[in-house]
Amino acid sequence: MVTWNPRMEEIPRDELQRLQFRLLKTQIYRLYSFSEFYRTRMKEAGVHPDDIRSLEDVRKLPFMYKRDLRDNYPDRIFSASRDELVRYHVSSGTTGKPTVVGYTQHDIENWTESLARGFTSCGLGRGDVIQISYGYGLFTGGLGAHYGAERIGATVLPTSVGNTERQIELMQDLHVTAIACTPSYLLHMGEVAEKMGISIRNDTDLKVGVLGAEPWSEQMRTKIEEWLGIKAYDIYGTSELSGPMFTECTEQQGIHVWGDLALVEIIDPETGETLEPGNAGELVITILQKEALPMVRYRIGDITVLDDETCACGRTHPRIRRISGRVDDMLIIRGINVFPSQIEHALMEIPNIGRHFQIVVDKKGALDTLLVRVELGEGAFSDKITDLMVLKKTVENRLRSSLNVAVGVELVEPGTLPRFEGKAKRVIDRRSM
Amino acid sequence: MEKSYIIKQISVFSENRPGRLAAIADALKEAGINIFAFSIAEADGFGVVRALVDRPDDAHKKLTDLGFRVSFTEVIGVKMRDEPGGLSEIAGVLGDAAINIEYAYAYSGKDAAVLILRVDQAEDAVRRLLERGSDLLKASQCR
Repeated sequence: MVTWNPRMEEIPRDELQRLQFRLLKTQIYRLYSFSEFYRTRMKEAGVHPDDIRSLEDVRKLPFMYKRDLRDNYPDRIFSASRDELVRYHVSSGTTGKPTVVGYTQHDIENWTESLARGFTSCGLGRGDVIQISYGYGLFTGGLGAHYGAERIGATVLPTSVGNTERQIELMQDLHVTAIACTPSYLLHMGEVAEKMGISIRNDTDLKVGVLGAEPWSEQMRTKIEEWLGIKAYDIYGTSELSGPMFTECTEQQGIHVWGDLALVEIIDPETGETLEPGNAGELVITILQKEALPMVRYRIGDITVLDDETCACGRTHPRIRRISGRVDDMLIIRGINVFPSQIEHALMEIPNIGRHFQIVVDKKGALDTLLVRVELGEGAFSDKITDLMVLKKTVENRLRSSLNVAVGVELVEPGTLPRFEGKAKRVIDRRSM
Repeated sequence: MEKSYIIKQISVFSENRPGRLAAIADALKEAGINIFAFSIAEADGFGVVRALVDRPDDAHKKLTDLGFRVSFTEVIGVKMRDEPGGLSEIAGVLGDAAINIEYAYAYSGKDAAVLILRVDQAEDAVRRLLERGSDLLKASQCR
């Protein structure tokens, strides 16, 4: 195994926990002393830094929400002075007012270190050419991945998003070996390449995709890997945590969350209680060494499972499984919770269904209806209406049995559903219109 | 022998919404392809457009390039006597031979009404119909 920082990545578990406790304690003391926001919060919750006597005592601390960042726009939660900041990033504001994240030099260092470990664990290093097709600019993806990739000595091709045909030409001409982008953008690239008469599998040197910034499924991974002939790894982060920060390793058994940088909890989103490893719940993260914008027990809203076992690769840090959905993405259809990721999961297992889909939620009278539009895949079309009806029925039955709710399916012509260069928006909820 | 009577029909998957047939017809017009028989079969939300054209391979390529799902199907064309009993004669021959007709549509050709049939055993059907004196359309006549 090649590691970027072997001493830290293979640190014995008890030593890691002692380190986490020390970092947590230091951070909480610092925030109580210097951050008005945190001092007020902790006083309201009746907790003092002296009450933190073990790592588990993190549970005594109050949660922090995205709305805290919005309410304190732009920088009232910052605990570093303005002249210590070396960068700002601003979230897209897709779900409301944008949030501003500040970075000290030390924060950028930790972010870069985190991704240097991650890219190395994906088998990348000196000699690799990494195309960064995440957006550069206010969005954290491009620059975050860029710094990490440069740190490991790889050659960076900072293409950002868009101008897809040019990106594919450059991928070929400059012998790109890895790409960092959203999974849906990579699918789009694959299709555009085929239209240009280029097979990513046969006509390029691409071997690794580090894909994230949107939820994607294991089935999507299989499709991407088989179609494009690459290994696809999940990367995770949000702007509030710096940006994309944590990745899978070549074992593809969950995302390594470096314990010296972050403390992970999984909670029941209803009760806020901490769940044991192995249970699905809402991800709560404390960034242990953040200076500019400290995040303590931040409820990201993503749903995942904590895996606390040492990875087969030998890295001792905890892992989280791929994000299965968001607390606020959850659709409630006739009282049943449905995640778009479940639909994707079920669809990807059905042959002859394309890679794209759209979910339309509507209300007929008092009743919610769920319609899933899928593209007819290659090889699915036989001219016989009965075969097509069987396919439609198969999709309906699969979805019904995996979601426990009746689903209507519409077969549509290939290429007609929207494609996405950034985050996919697959749900149209007409109930709220 | 029987094979020369088997005609390549193109079938196109189409959503059941305004403008789709127009899109298919426009594409064929643009490529200068002549349609001499077609039918639409409709189901829940989608349909299948089936057509006999003078250049099926070109039509397949043109429509596939536009993103349509297209397939070839083997059909046969039988000239019908344009008088009572014309259809019954053909259907009777196939029925007697236990050959199933999956679908059929008809068009009025230059010299006779033609019945287009998709059957489960095309070559067998051709042989039986020829034996009984039916006049079949040759694939070479569809160009």
